Amino acid sequence: MIAQVAGSALGRFFAYAGGLSMMLADALRFAFTLRIRPTEILRQAFFLGVQSWPIITLTSLFTGLVISLEAAATAVSFGLQSYIGGSVAFATFRELGPMLSGIVFAGRAGAAITAALGSMKVTEQIEALQSMGASPTKVLVTPRLLACVLMLPLLTIFADIVGICAGYIMAWQRVHLSQYEYFHSVQVTVDTSDFLKGLVKAVVFGIIVSMVACYEGFNASGGADGVGKATTQAVVASIILIFAANFLLSFLLFAP
Amino acid sequence: MIGEREPGRRGVSGPPKGNVAIKLDSVELRFDQKIVLSDCTLEALRGQVTGVIGLSGAGKSTILRVMNGLRHASGGRVTVNGEDITDWPERELIEMRKGMGFSFQHAALFDSLNIAENVAYPLYEHTTLSKAEIDKRVSETLAALGLAGVEERMPSELSGGMQKRAGFARAIVNDPEIILFDEPTTGLDPIMTHIIVSTIKDIQARLKATCVVVSHDMPSMYAVSDRIAMLFEGTIIETGTPLQIRQSPNPIVQQFLQGSELGPIPL
Repeated sequence: MIAQVAGSALGRFFAYAGGLSMMLADALRFAFTLRIRPTEILRQAFFLGVQSWPIITLTSLFTGLVISLEAAATAVSFGLQSYIGGSVAFATFRELGPMLSGIVFAGRAGAAITAALGSMKVTEQIEALQSMGASPTKVLVTPRLLACVLMLPLLTIFADIVGICAGYIMAWQRVHLSQYEYFHSVQVTVDTSDFLKGLVKAVVFGIIVSMVACYEGFNASGGADGVGKATTQAVVASIILIFAANFLLSFLLFAP
Repeated sequence: MIGEREPGRRGVSGPPKGNVAIKLDSVELRFDQKIVLSDCTLEALRGQVTGVIGLSGAGKSTILRVMNGLRHASGGRVTVNGEDITDWPERELIEMRKGMGFSFQHAALFDSLNIAENVAYPLYEHTTLSKAEIDKRVSETLAALGLAGVEERMPSELSGGMQKRAGFARAIVNDPEIILFDEPTTGLDPIMTHIIVSTIKDIQARLKATCVVVSHDMPSMYAVSDRIAMLFEGTIIETGTPLQIRQSPNPIVQQFLQGSELGPIPL
């Protein structure tokens, strides 16, 4: 009985992974052969990326504030105020910037993608596309994939800047750290590779969010209820995969 | 409304082969354990209108989807224009569908595009016509279906019947060689029903297009079809001209045509 359940779950996992991989391969095929519509990519980039900007700003602002707050409290007790900037930047560039942006992006953009494609699926619009000899992957998936891969790193850069600046405000307010001291600490603690590796993570998270969201949308069924379930599933699966990928990427990129 | 086909335009899959445009040979289709089509055999003759009638849930819409590869047969063979498409991968099916039109039961218009963009979609995808030519073709097609002036409106701003006609316009705008109509007249008023029936006959007459129409609107089916097939529990049980169908001795066909509760059809 247990073996049966485990076997069934494993089968579903491989079917899911296989479906995602095939969709990604198909979308990349259209992207690399330049069978893309730039206007649609820009439209999706605006809708998915630019409109996620306020929520990512708020998230990174409060995250920067709280890291700095905690770091300041500890640093003061050990006389290490000059390390506050470095610790905030270290955590932000490597982990919090890309991961929080990815999670917020999954909740905002991923949900929007699944809801839109799921609605199209249950109202036969995707079948209509296919029936006209158009590839749904080319028309619907590739622009969203490229928009996510383009916008999530940009949002991450923005989140990094906001988080570090918010950290400075808190450090200045709590322990009267000077601007020079804070940003000098940032400069000596992190280097360009930390920042770039964070962006590599953002690219991977962009792929995860777009693929999971499109896949769930394409597999929605059963009307509005089915679209709701698919949307929830897309956000949950994206977040879990982002955490897993973050661990794997940290291991590969930052492990000594 | 419908001009001559563009010279050299790609067919469904090459030049016409034989008199049969679409052939289902003992097709079987299952969704999990549910049998939707079973030993289903049907031929749609080239340049004719083939009607498929049957009860709701009999598998009529599914037959159309099998014909253009949106559903893969679990058994049997599907042949389109002489090519066996049963095991074709999606990439090849996409090419094949460029010569096919599909009018969906609930229109299936893209809700992010306006009506003109919806109708123009196949032209932008598969032709090299200029924007002016596409606009002209779209306006003519919409006007012929009583939809003049709705070009800039969004699908959600139209009534169900108007949406249906816009979906119909999208299916025929690029003069496909094969057109599949899923309940084209259901929910339309008698005047619009007449226009749709005339349009289907017009396409068939001018372009020698092969049409497959699925419906249980019997007056329309008698008017539009050259041949009618009756689908019952996933199987074609009777095929013939409209007159032959009317005179069929099959009690299931007669009960369906008469709309009677009494007979062999389980309710």
